[in-house]
Amino acid sequence: MLAKRIIPCLDIDDNRVKKGVNFVNLEDVGDPAEIAAEYERQGADELVFLDITATNQKRSTMTDVVENVSRQVFMPLTVGGGIRNLNDMQKLLKAGADKISLNSAAVADPDLIQAGAKKFGNQCIVVAIDVKKDQKTGQKLVYTHGGKKATNINAIEWAKKVVALGAGELLITSMNKDGTKSGFDIELYQEIGAAVDVPIIASGGAGKIEDFVHVFKEAPVDGALAASVFHFGELTIAQVKKQLKLAGVNVR
Amino acid sequence: MITLVDYDAGNTYNLQKAFAYLGVKTNLTDDPKEILASEAIVLPGVGAFQSAMKILKAKKLDTTLQKAANDGIPLLGICLGMQLLFDSSSEYGITEGLHLIPGKVIELPNKKGFKIPQMGWNQNKLLKPSSEFALLENEYTYFVHSYYAKCEPEYVVSEVEYSANVPAVVQNKNVFGMQFHPEKSGHIGLEVLKTFKERIVFK
Repeated sequence: MLAKRIIPCLDIDDNRVKKGVNFVNLEDVGDPAEIAAEYERQGADELVFLDITATNQKRSTMTDVVENVSRQVFMPLTVGGGIRNLNDMQKLLKAGADKISLNSAAVADPDLIQAGAKKFGNQCIVVAIDVKKDQKTGQKLVYTHGGKKATNINAIEWAKKVVALGAGELLITSMNKDGTKSGFDIELYQEIGAAVDVPIIASGGAGKIEDFVHVFKEAPVDGALAASVFHFGELTIAQVKKQLKLAGVNVR
Repeated sequence: MITLVDYDAGNTYNLQKAFAYLGVKTNLTDDPKEILASEAIVLPGVGAFQSAMKILKAKKLDTTLQKAANDGIPLLGICLGMQLLFDSSSEYGITEGLHLIPGKVIELPNKKGFKIPQMGWNQNKLLKPSSEFALLENEYTYFVHSYYAKCEPEYVVSEVEYSANVPAVVQNKNVFGMQFHPEKSGHIGLEVLKTFKERIVFK
């Protein structure tokens, strides 16, 4: 049986792993390759690198980061942030990425999903969706640009559409939960899981070990992503996996 | 020298990096002479069977690989590279393979609860305890594929459970195949490549 995946996310700015709250007050966490190697030792199943660089001239360093990490760390690598065309994707894949994550660019140009899937295969194209529930209408809406820009796109409909276009995996971040450390948005994943049949990675809200147990037990997700709980050593991946095993969740 | 067959396959560079990490020099080439003179051959592969076979044929590498296998050179196919070792595949119509291991490559059965492609870490069940790759018993390795090899059990070294029993490592004499990506399977994946080098190539 396939194991459920635990995926640390590394925000990259100017060749370094950074961590802030809502992309401000960025704190330097360390060197990407060193941190990736540490996560590999802890038993991470996959790594997500998110380019949070604000300026274009620094952006090309992301290829170097991927190149460097993939010489030392041998597990699946997903790269996202600022990828706008097939050429960007090709460069990152050649540098050692296994999957490309599209977010704002997919909203701006949905054909990019199809073009990427056709050229590199569905398994290569992850669509990241940032979702926020409108408190008045209860509608779950898609946000872009690192969660700063609202759209009027319904998240469930968008999930179905991107899968039809060829997305091989969805990385769904609940903005209502992100940064709260109050657990994953179980209801959101149940709803999206019922609507699509590609793997779903849950993101946003991880705070304690039980949160991982709950999301795998109660929602049809294939992986859970977290950043700060792992970066700041509040939890290790080994601790999380040990507890998941005890709870009967199949992990590696 | 271990030769990596150069035919624009997606995982070539990552395989090269994994061997480099292990201190193993590889020669990336599509020259039949160099391939036939090598101590071992690794056939990478990501993507579709039909177009991969087409490129191999255009470069006359199909007959080169068949000759190399018949000459007894250890040959390791990885992911799509493994599938190419079989007789045929039904991906986009029937395409003939290299006929180095008897069997057919067919689509993973569509069953409830099993997403296709199989993407992630699955646990090996060892069927051949005497194999050089016995270290894979109960180990998880990383898979990404929609088609799998259907072949006689005598060729299956280890398998994983999915919507079918999926051969993970196959062997026919000096010809080996791995459906998973050792270059993406962490520590155990590196051990597998090291085993290929130490126990099969330079034993």
